[in-house]
Amino acid sequence: MTFFLVAPIFCGKTRSKQLRTGFDSRYLYIIAEVDTAEMASYKENRTAQIRLVSSHDEVYEPCDDSFALVDALLADRTNLLEHCPTMCMEIGCGSGYVITSLALILGRERGGVNYIATDINPNAVKVTRETLDAHGVDAELILTDIASGLENRLAGLVDVMVVNPPYVPTPEDEVGAEGIISSWAGGENGRRVIDRILPVADHLLSEKGWLYMVTLTANNPSEICLQMKKKGYASKIIIQRSTEEESLHIIKFWRDFDTTVDEVTDQSLTGFLGSLLAQIPLFSLWRGSNSNDNC
Amino acid sequence: MRLLTHNMLSSNIKGVEKGFPLRIEAEKVVEKPVEMNADFLRKMFEKVEWKAFVEASRSMGYAQLPEEVDSGMLESDEFLSRFHHALLELHLEEGALVCPETGRRFPVNKGIPNMLLHEDEV
Repeated sequence: MTFFLVAPIFCGKTRSKQLRTGFDSRYLYIIAEVDTAEMASYKENRTAQIRLVSSHDEVYEPCDDSFALVDALLADRTNLLEHCPTMCMEIGCGSGYVITSLALILGRERGGVNYIATDINPNAVKVTRETLDAHGVDAELILTDIASGLENRLAGLVDVMVVNPPYVPTPEDEVGAEGIISSWAGGENGRRVIDRILPVADHLLSEKGWLYMVTLTANNPSEICLQMKKKGYASKIIIQRSTEEESLHIIKFWRDFDTTVDEVTDQSLTGFLGSLLAQIPLFSLWRGSNSNDNC
Repeated sequence: MRLLTHNMLSSNIKGVEKGFPLRIEAEKVVEKPVEMNADFLRKMFEKVEWKAFVEASRSMGYAQLPEEVDSGMLESDEFLSRFHHALLELHLEEGALVCPETGRRFPVNKGIPNMLLHEDEV
């Protein structure tokens, strides 16, 4: 029997921004999942461990949004393994928590996957390297703006892309600012950087490419899905999580020429229960198709 | 930075038309063995720009790749092992990638290429 203790979380990019602008601090509640020992160890071996994630003052530390993205990848693990990606990429790697987790989720079973991660913050790529090393996994790192320098040659080659963008609505002049601000500053509706990333993702993704992206309600995810639909992508919200400050939606996009915009998880489980159950890796294994070893 | 990555990078300076391949200035090259995966190599073979790859491997001190290739060579263990070595086991730790058109140097430090542009290059 699994018990879930869900408490308000004071975390995420909105909170990061508030702390920086001098709001009163409140104390941090933690989501506690009281799992069976088995499930806890399953999760521990499959994702990056916080104690091994490196840090720096100017680099965004893994938080709600990072955990939600990794939980989405975990929930989709069977599909990801069957998908047999050759090239995986993260745009905006920050601490390295997500790319490291992706490599751990895919790594042991599937040799021959190449990982690339980029960030605009020099301290972030440095920290990501440390995090990757601490977990015994590897990725190619590039210090650049989104995927600048890779667009010509990497076009149509990325099978899995993961993005936790700067999604917080902020004044325009904060977008692209140096240091940690660049990790959350998203301009009007938090869409400035997201809107630059989407066409790049479309360009780099392979025919079978999948994009997982973190968004906020304020980013207008339905409108994002509609825009992507026009480019030939179907979409699904894999995880929804609400905190006092942020309402996060982890969206998965894939190319599909008979697309319909779908805001419901594929098992027709909606609302709180649905998103809760979507967080249990084993549950999604039962739901998913049979795993096999063929790529 | 592996040569696979180098083969995917081109100069992103505004107005540059012929930005690939970037010329390698190698100051420190490190070899890190990694397990070979023939399927992966076969897939990468389709995407790699071979001439640029051979030239780059020479800049890194490796001269064991054939100048010209055809897919038949993928049957040879010897070829696969050399391809694997050059593609994935050679790392440029310190040096630079140079734009073939403008000569602009993109530094590589601790294996990470810095492709950030200055304001006038965007």
